[in-house]
Order: sequence, then structure tokens, then C-alpha cells
Amino acid sequence: MINKLWIFFIVSGSLFLIINGKADILNNQIISSGKTTLDLILQIFPLLAIWLGIMNIAKKSGLLDKVSKAISPFLSKLFPEIPKGHESLGLISSNIIANLFGLGNAATPFGLKAMESLQTLNKDKKTASRSMITFLVINTCGVTLIPTTIISLRLMHDSTDPTSIVVPCMLVTFISLFIGLIIDRLFAKRYK
Amino acid sequence: MKLISNLFIPILVLIVILYAAKKKVNVYDSFVEGAKEGLPMALNMFPPLLAMIFGINIFTSSGLIDDVFGFLKPLFYMIHVPLEILPVAVMRPLSGSFGLALLNDMYELYGPDSFLSILSSVIQGSSDTTLYIITLYFGTIGIKKIKYALWAGLLADLATVILSIIIVPLFF
Repeated sequence: MINKLWIFFIVSGSLFLIINGKADILNNQIISSGKTTLDLILQIFPLLAIWLGIMNIAKKSGLLDKVSKAISPFLSKLFPEIPKGHESLGLISSNIIANLFGLGNAATPFGLKAMESLQTLNKDKKTASRSMITFLVINTCGVTLIPTTIISLRLMHDSTDPTSIVVPCMLVTFISLFIGLIIDRLFAKRYK
Repeated sequence: MKLISNLFIPILVLIVILYAAKKKVNVYDSFVEGAKEGLPMALNMFPPLLAMIFGINIFTSSGLIDDVFGFLKPLFYMIHVPLEILPVAVMRPLSGSFGLALLNDMYELYGPDSFLSILSSVIQGSSDTTLYIITLYFGTIGIKKIKYALWAGLLADLATVILSIIIVPLFF
């Protein structure tokens, strides 16, 4: 899937640029994408390392287990494949909570750790497990209470009411999460 | 809300450290050990992310989408949905920075409180960069077959767009 999409992006984009005589832009994009990626990773990496450190403390002290036990009744409904009290439940909940508070940067390390933890439960290491996909759907739905980036952009443009989008956003994001989870369930049944 | 958001991380850090201290865990060593995992993780992250950014940048800079949208215009007038939101809806799952740039353009063009801007903001604010998340998360742990993950994610994004078109007029 990703493979085909990738070919489509590059071939259609390149041909379109060449036909329109914008080969210089194409050149530029090909050369600069490495630097763009490196910049992005350099942006993620420092915080990633800090959170991995903090999380390891939480893991060693048993706090992560405790959190995961407290919320596992809810999550085990969504992730029936994960055994009760498994480490990944705590990481998934931390990721969701951080996302809820609009802390995308803090949420990513939890999410990556959760995926690693889900991978230990996965029988076929090359193929996505059902739990992984459910977890990703929750993430791609962008569940958040306060879309901070957009509010600050609105503020920058002198909006009369920058936070007016908060309530509609909340409604849309939670209903779409609900729909996303239903879609995920339907797919999971079909793929069995 | 901003205060809660600002206090969230510091309080979380304090709770983790105090709890561990109470349990007599070597907090310092645990931190160093955990932080060490960051390097291999960042290294694993690089190749899939590079591939995705390489492809997406060529595609988004080509202007292909704008031309295709011009084509679809009459159809959109028929169902009473402003065509202008389509780029936002399509680009949102592909690229976070591109989506934000589009939103910025729209604020400048129509004002941040216009219906179009609000609709685009809500679409953007209630979804995430699906393709980036899938690439990053699956790529980092080495998953090759993603099964229906992309479809599920994109269908949920479509639901977000449709819901926004229904819900936003109720508020504004």
C-alpha cells in the first residue's frame, strides 16, 4: 500500500513538474529532503531521549504498571489481544493522555514505546497486529482537547475569538474517533 | 486550560521521580538507561521518514493538486461545499507543515474568523497527519505489512471532514 502510494507521489509529482517546466523545483526537492528529515529528527530526538529516560524511571518504580492496571478495564475492551496488566497498556494510556492535552511532542515517545511493546506480543514481526492498528487509528484521529497550534495561529492573525473552534473541534474529533474505531473493528473482522 | 496544559509535564515528571524515590529506585541510573534508548530509536526512525518526506515533498510542491481541484469545482458547487477546503482536507493526512501553511494562507486571504477559515481550522484541529504517524510508528519497529491501517486511518479522516462540514454550521 505504502509502496504504491510512494511510487504515485514521486512519479505523478515529478512528471507534472517537468511538463510545467519546473525542473528546478524538482531538483531542489530531491536534494533537500534529506536535510528536512534530519531537521525533523533533530527536533524530535532531544525530547524523545528525555521522555524515554523519565519513562524508564516510571517503569522501574512500578508506576507504569500501576497506571496501566487502573485504566486497563477501559483499554482491554479496545485491545482484546493485550494480556491484562501488560506494559503496553500503560504506554498506550500515557500516549492518549499526552495527546488529549495537546502535547504531541510528549505523546510521540510514549507512542513509539507502546509500538515496541506491542511488537513483543506480535507473532509475525513484519506484519502489523490488530492492536497496533487500533492504536494507530486512535492516534491518526488526533484526539485532543485543545488544538494549541491552531489557536496560536488564529491569535497571530488577530482573530476576534481564537478559541471559538475548541468546542466544535472536540465534538468532531470524538465522533470521528468513535467512527474510526468502528471502521477499525469492521476491517479487523474482514481480515480474520 | 493553558495553565493545565503548562503544568501537565512538570507535574508528571515530579510524580514519576518522587514515586520512584519512595520506592528506593536508583532514579539517576534509570533515567540514563532509558535515555540511551533514544539513539537507536532515532536511527530507526530516519530511513522510513526520509522516504516519506522525499515522496510527499515532490508531490506537494508539484502543484498537481491545485490543477485537479480546478477540475472538480462544478461538482462541489452542486453539493454546496466550498471547494477551497478541499486542499486542506486532502493535505491534512499527508503533511502537518503543509496543512498549517495552507491554513495560514487561508487566514490571510479570508480572515481568521470567516466561515471558510473556521471550517478548515476545525478539520485541521480534529485530525492528525495520518500518513506521517503510520510511517513513523510502523517504520521505527520495522513493520512492513501494514494491512488495513492506512485505509482505516484515511476513512476516519474522511469522517472528520464530513462531520466538520455538518457540525461547524451549527456553531457559526
